[in-house]
Amino acid sequence: MKPSQTLVAGLLSALLLLTFLLSWHLATMPKAADQVVSDEYALLVGGAAAKGQESAFPTPAQFGDKLVEAISDPFYDNGPNDKGIGIQLGYSIWRVLVGFAAAVIVAIPLGFMIGMSPLMTKALDPFIQVLKPISPLAWMPLALFTLKDSNVSAVFVIFICSIWPMLLNTTLGVSSVRKDWLDVAKTLELNPFRKAIFVILPAAGPTIMTGIRISIGIAWLVIVAAEMLVGGTGIGYFVWNEWNNLSISNILVAVLAIGIVGMILDSLVARVQKHITYKD
Amino acid sequence: MSFLKVEKLKKIYPVRTGGQVTVFEDVDFNIEKGEFICIVGHSGCGKTTILNVLAGLETQTAGHVFMDGREISGPSLDRGVVFQTHALMPWLTVKGNVAFAVRSRYPNWTAAKINEHAMRFIDMVNLTGSEEKRPSELSGGMKQRVGIARAFAIDPKMLLLDEPFGALDALTRGSIQDELLTIVQDTGQTVFMITHDVDEAIFLADKVILMSNGPMAMIAEIVVNTLPRNRRRATLHHEPHYYPIRNHLVDFLVNRASDITNGIQERPVEPLFVSPGLSASALTTST
Repeated sequence: MKPSQTLVAGLLSALLLLTFLLSWHLATMPKAADQVVSDEYALLVGGAAAKGQESAFPTPAQFGDKLVEAISDPFYDNGPNDKGIGIQLGYSIWRVLVGFAAAVIVAIPLGFMIGMSPLMTKALDPFIQVLKPISPLAWMPLALFTLKDSNVSAVFVIFICSIWPMLLNTTLGVSSVRKDWLDVAKTLELNPFRKAIFVILPAAGPTIMTGIRISIGIAWLVIVAAEMLVGGTGIGYFVWNEWNNLSISNILVAVLAIGIVGMILDSLVARVQKHITYKD
Repeated sequence: MSFLKVEKLKKIYPVRTGGQVTVFEDVDFNIEKGEFICIVGHSGCGKTTILNVLAGLETQTAGHVFMDGREISGPSLDRGVVFQTHALMPWLTVKGNVAFAVRSRYPNWTAAKINEHAMRFIDMVNLTGSEEKRPSELSGGMKQRVGIARAFAIDPKMLLLDEPFGALDALTRGSIQDELLTIVQDTGQTVFMITHDVDEAIFLADKVILMSNGPMAMIAEIVVNTLPRNRRRATLHHEPHYYPIRNHLVDFLVNRASDITNGIQERPVEPLFVSPGLSASALTTST
């Protein structure tokens, strides 16, 4: 029997991971100290320099230790500058969800209104086209100035950057509902509400979901940068704080965690998307 | 007074290059209750526009359409439409599609009653057992059957079919035509149908409206189908009236459809009724 493609792909993935870990290990191996460090200098600067040429970049084993440490106690809280990675991720996820939910609440009804009216589409298009490419971080000072609260500002930045893909996709989905279905709605004398809920929404559903999926991805990308700026809590702040501590291991743990949470968020939306998508 | 009255119907479309084109004008015809009318003509003669005006989906430039003595001014649940492209909602099951129409017609009905009503019409088009399937899982013929069930399920006073079997293969088309004829005869439904298929028109229609070519199309003739109403596909071509009617229709489409447009034939003041089948029986009795 031929092995299934999934199995082969899994083995290949494992092989790639191993190769990566091995090259990482080789690259970070402490080199033989061929450069002489004077004893006095070692005394002066302390342990770090005396260790010779060991890289500041952790070996896979050191990283593994940190990872185990982070996972085994993710929720500890020793004051503002020392919180477990779980707590920090929790703050970030919470901000993303609040900002993202607010964006959904605004973007989908607004997109519906714009999409139903070609006039509104034309009238609002220049605004959308100008606002859309603005980097979320450019909003940050304005948000801080007007909202006065760093936490609210971070949520606002998530809101403002995740609204565009949803707004545009909702508009597109709603305005391109097939004429046949609208004709059916007319011949069945549907009132505007029933038409919107039972014909336009399901017809535009897959396009709207694509927008939502793009948005949640962007929101998660942006939160890290936003939290580096606003500080205090969150995984973005954690990364910046560990940079100041020069703890590359912790940064790596955070980077991995960011990737995994992003993947989970995306797959959750993808699961909903699968239910909404129809085959024609 | 006739059940459906079409008076001096005219449609003008703007042309993209400027100006306008009269697709058809002076279209007059009546449909009696329980009649099956087919309209035949070349592309561009405005058949679909006429059907859309009857459905209330398009507005005419001039003229009037009355159904049951009241002017048609928009879409209505009184007229069920079967669309050329079936227009099923792909996110609903077969039963969901039919039930959606039933719920629109009878908003006060309970779910159980809607379900039962929908199932009756799904059964009528022989789709029982497929009611939980989605349109994407159905063949073209089955999709069109769902479209027919949906149109019948709202108990319309009149059924409008826009070339519903055009995309189907000959065998499927034949069996759906059989089903449609049986259902229409059982329910006494009034039907207006567009077709390109002469045999389909002869098999189904009581009268066949022949449109001259567009632009400025109009009704050239109304052919009365004198074949017995309990006609059957298997024996249809043995009926003495069959070939004279068929030849007349084909002759019209091939040779005479452009006569009015080209001025060879005068524009008829009122629709000309012809019964080619009767002349045939006169012929057969004389020999």
